[in-house]
Amino acid sequence: MTSTTTTPRSATGSVALRGVTKVYGQGDQAVLALDRVSLDVAPGEFVCLVGASGCGKSTLLNLVAGLDRVSGGRIDLGEGVNPGLMFQESALFPWLTVEGNVEVPLKLRGLPRAERRARVAELLRTVHLSEFGRKRPHQLSGGMRQRVALARTLALDTPVLLMDEPFGALDAMTRDILHDELERIWSERKLTVIFVTHNVREAARLADRIILLSSRPGRIIYSTEVDVPRPRRIDSPEIAAIAAEVTDRLRTEVGRHGQ
Amino acid sequence: MASDTLAGAPRSDAEISGLDALEIAGREKVPSRVRRVWSATWPKLAALALAIALWQAVVWSGWKDPWALPGPVPVFADLGHYALSSALWEGLATTARRAAVGFAAAVAVGLLLGLAVARVKVLRAAIGSMITALQTMPSIAWFPLAILLFELSEQAIFFVVVLGAAPSVANGVIHGVDYVPPLLVRAGRNLGARGLNLYRYVVAPAALPAIVAGLKQGWAFAWRSLMAGELLVVIASRTSIGAQLTYARELSDPVRLMAIMIVILVVGIVVDAAFGAADKAIRRRWGVLDQAGN
Repeated sequence: MTSTTTTPRSATGSVALRGVTKVYGQGDQAVLALDRVSLDVAPGEFVCLVGASGCGKSTLLNLVAGLDRVSGGRIDLGEGVNPGLMFQESALFPWLTVEGNVEVPLKLRGLPRAERRARVAELLRTVHLSEFGRKRPHQLSGGMRQRVALARTLALDTPVLLMDEPFGALDAMTRDILHDELERIWSERKLTVIFVTHNVREAARLADRIILLSSRPGRIIYSTEVDVPRPRRIDSPEIAAIAAEVTDRLRTEVGRHGQ
Repeated sequence: MASDTLAGAPRSDAEISGLDALEIAGREKVPSRVRRVWSATWPKLAALALAIALWQAVVWSGWKDPWALPGPVPVFADLGHYALSSALWEGLATTARRAAVGFAAAVAVGLLLGLAVARVKVLRAAIGSMITALQTMPSIAWFPLAILLFELSEQAIFFVVVLGAAPSVANGVIHGVDYVPPLLVRAGRNLGARGLNLYRYVVAPAALPAIVAGLKQGWAFAWRSLMAGELLVVIASRTSIGAQLTYARELSDPVRLMAIMIVILVVGIVVDAAFGAADKAIRRRWGVLDQAGN
């Protein structure tokens, strides 16, 4: 009951990719998904990866999350850091309630029951879903499900959050609200976020830094700092200007494949 | 420009909860319990009444003599006497025990077999299709072999019950494990579920609906095999329901024969309904019944 602290276990949260290469298949069938990607993400930094189809954005997150192995290169996370991963679909367990879902990582870490209860309540408060703890995922809207998924990922107490187009399937208004929520939680908990999206405006709204990946194979071709003070609005002219710049680069890259 | 109005517009909590309330409004319309029960019950009652009326009509038509085909009135009257006698309850006890033991053994074998085939590629290639083939074998065709192996004993009955029911259970497990959504497995692994924990927290619950469907089908096979077995393998000291059915035929007691058949039918239906209720409860929890998403 006593420890309901929200600070991550590890003070680190840096992510370093060194010449990361990923090849799928073998021989003639081999496909180069990622080609020598090097990237340093500082602790507490919010990085958005943007790219067209086939740029290996999701592959990259899977590798950082440890769900897949690199074919070459290295990924360095802080000592004992297991990044949390969120998907476009909430991936909530339909057989559990909202509370039950958030509790899973706590159970897997062997936390005692009383402490689990307190942590679940605290996490649901964080995502404004305290009243919905007894509901099942199918009884919630898409945006609410993503907030439950966020709470479940936060229950890992990890300093690194990997997000794979988490708001891609939501309507614009819900997405705006979730941008605000994510920004708040990110700054409160001093998280490192790597956020994959194909929505350039979303990237400009959220990121400290936007990184553009080329397609087939995925390579870093452009990177820009977003120097707009927070809180931001997705419909502000500054954000629009940055989005336009990134979109131009993205179009040039996509056009390269048409020739 | 007008940046001071654009920036710094944090969402209020009211806005968030307002959107939540709007989005989930009207999702939980449930008709009253009485209504639901009645709308599920009356077609069954009507069908039952129709079946009994047809039966009575056939009897009245004089197609068969009453000693070959008795009418519903004497049969239900005898069922009343039968229900008050110890013969029914002792027979039911024997049969129920056999059903429980046989089905439990079939479930154990089916779960292990299904899990092994779902996990091990070589096993799947070797016996995956044989499990389905085994299901098509009529259980009564196993009895000559069972009687050779175990003589006229309960073991012979259990042997056939397990052979009849285990493939269905195994198929349910295989199907369930095969169709666990890969996204849930990835999510589970990311949340720290590895090895056995991945099975406990993700694979087993995700496969549960298919496993219950397998159990339901397995029960139907087990019950049929058991009845076939009790008709053939009559052990004089233990008057099971099936044995009593055989005696009724041998003693030319058509009324009792029909009464026993009704008992067999009812037991089968009741247990099947229990599995059906479990299946429905799971699907309701998962939200598969109203297809609300996820």
